[in-house]
Amino acid sequence: MSRRRIRLQALRIAIFALAAAFFLVPIGAMFEFSTRGIGVASPRTLSAWAAIPSTPELATAITVSLELALITSLLMLGLLLPTMVWVRLRLPRLNRIVEFICLMPLTVPAIALVVGIKPLYIWISLNFTDSILTLSFAYLILVLPYAYRSLDAGLAAIDLKTLTEAARSLGAGWGTVMLRVVVPNMPAAILNASLLSASLVLGEYTFANLLNYENLQVAIQYVSLVSAGTSIAVAVASLLFAFVLLMILSFAGSRRRRGGRVVPAETPIAPVATVPPSLLAEGS
Amino acid sequence: MSTNGSKLGVEVRLEQLRRVFAGVVALDELSLTLAPGELVALLGPSGCGKTTALRLVAGLDEVTSGKVLFGGTDVTTLGANKRDVGMVFQAYSLFPHMTARQNVAFGLQMRHVDEQARNRRSDEMLELVGLSGYADRFAHQLSGGQQQRVALARALAIQPKVLLLDEPLSALDAKVRGRLRDEIRRVQLEVGITTLFVTHDQEEALAIADRVGVMNKGRLEQLGPPTTIYSRPATPFVAEFVGLTNRMEGEVKGGEVIVRGTRLPLVRPDTPDGTAVALVRPEAVSLASDGDAGGGPLVGTVIAVAFLGATSRVTVDLGDMIVLAQMPTSQAAATPAGSRVSLTLRPDPVLIARDETAAAEA
Repeated sequence: MSRRRIRLQALRIAIFALAAAFFLVPIGAMFEFSTRGIGVASPRTLSAWAAIPSTPELATAITVSLELALITSLLMLGLLLPTMVWVRLRLPRLNRIVEFICLMPLTVPAIALVVGIKPLYIWISLNFTDSILTLSFAYLILVLPYAYRSLDAGLAAIDLKTLTEAARSLGAGWGTVMLRVVVPNMPAAILNASLLSASLVLGEYTFANLLNYENLQVAIQYVSLVSAGTSIAVAVASLLFAFVLLMILSFAGSRRRRGGRVVPAETPIAPVATVPPSLLAEGS
Repeated sequence: MSTNGSKLGVEVRLEQLRRVFAGVVALDELSLTLAPGELVALLGPSGCGKTTALRLVAGLDEVTSGKVLFGGTDVTTLGANKRDVGMVFQAYSLFPHMTARQNVAFGLQMRHVDEQARNRRSDEMLELVGLSGYADRFAHQLSGGQQQRVALARALAIQPKVLLLDEPLSALDAKVRGRLRDEIRRVQLEVGITTLFVTHDQEEALAIADRVGVMNKGRLEQLGPPTTIYSRPATPFVAEFVGLTNRMEGEVKGGEVIVRGTRLPLVRPDTPDGTAVALVRPEAVSLASDGDAGGGPLVGTVIAVAFLGATSRVTVDLGDMIVLAQMPTSQAAATPAGSRVSLTLRPDPVLIARDETAAAEA
């Protein structure tokens, strides 16, 4: 028996090592590349990394992307959570339809979405504002499927109907019900949805590029034309940042709640395309 | 205790309440007046409309037509959060992220009571339901019965006009259920609050209610004190739903029914003559060991004796039908399974089952 167990353990370690290699080797290679000096025999240098803060496009782009991530997450929560609660309580027949709408962005390629949405953005930038932060609205559509799945799992784990009815009968209005009863009882799901949205926004390239906005990924692409080392350094940094977000997420998701129940840690992994596809295609 | 201070229950009136769900009538013109401080139980099988009635009173559902009045004030259009009702649910409803004290204080917080007064009152309410030592526990650290007691304290903390109990005991095991049932009654009497209690368990309803309303298919079949409901059921449905009933064929004649040679008076003497099925309570059937006769319409064999505690239920096979008899356990000992017995029917007024009467006359 113990031999079987050892073999099983060995298999587990092997699979884990393979998976880890699959993720870590490319990142390691990128890190290695970003620390090369100029010339074949030159010593290792961190000058590419040191150049990040002194490259103004990058500094701005990082700020802007973080702002976009924050705004998108807040918009998503503000729109999706009350809608889903209301549909579950009052319009259960619409549940399927809402789910379908929320999952639809998964089936439509980003490139098709962006072509459709472009005229609207031209109109917005001509008539209202050309701020890059308007991209949040487009990103809201992109994050819907992931956010929906997380929030759905969170709502399924609580007795929403009884809890809201109890709160209502005690004198709470709908706003209070949401903030004091629903939100505090699904912290993991809400964090989950927010971090997934944030990591997706941080890695987004297609929309920003085709709508002529400069977010982090677009900036990395530009910088790569000037300094390949620096652009790869930023790519590594943003990948690691996204990993940290996802780590927080998986810990929050699997942590036992005070309620004693385990919230189903359904963690759909967002496509974290932190290296712009064009960059990879160029093989820089 | 300060809970007694302002506690004079208000009158709660339901006027011709009607609720239709997508063409299906869930509640059909229910009219019911609860006297101040009275506990009325609505009893019926699932789908009879009792829970719908309760939710309409709570404001958790909207009436199709009719009115709800608390102390003469029409509250029909008020939302659940404006109605001043205390509610205990069937499912465990404590907020999982709050302690027992915070749960009880929640309603007071909604009413902008300051923190000190809030905590004081919460502790008082927890004491009232016998859980003073549990104020800092979370729901998952409490047993089912304790959770329902905290829910009761939470419902009462806001000094509601009416207390609504939606099958609060049905998720609990039998022993806790009986104890908590009595506890609810004690607290209700102590606080003096008008209470509507919904249940499908007749024992529960008969045990604690001032009056019991038996509902069927959205209608109130009978409303009256528990003893009346049990011993003088107004309709065959009530007779069959409340307590066990033997269905025995007989002949209606001149205001009486003759069942296997025994004359029994009728609850409704105006029943038309003819063949009918009489509803006879098990406790109206007594047994005697049959030494002599050996035959006859009321002689049979005991096939089972079910021990229920103080009483026992004896199942007798009369050859062409099965009759249940209920009696003190000491008497039942005289007639073990397999013994021959003769039955005597006590001449209590009986009801005639509706369907069979109609069928026999058609």
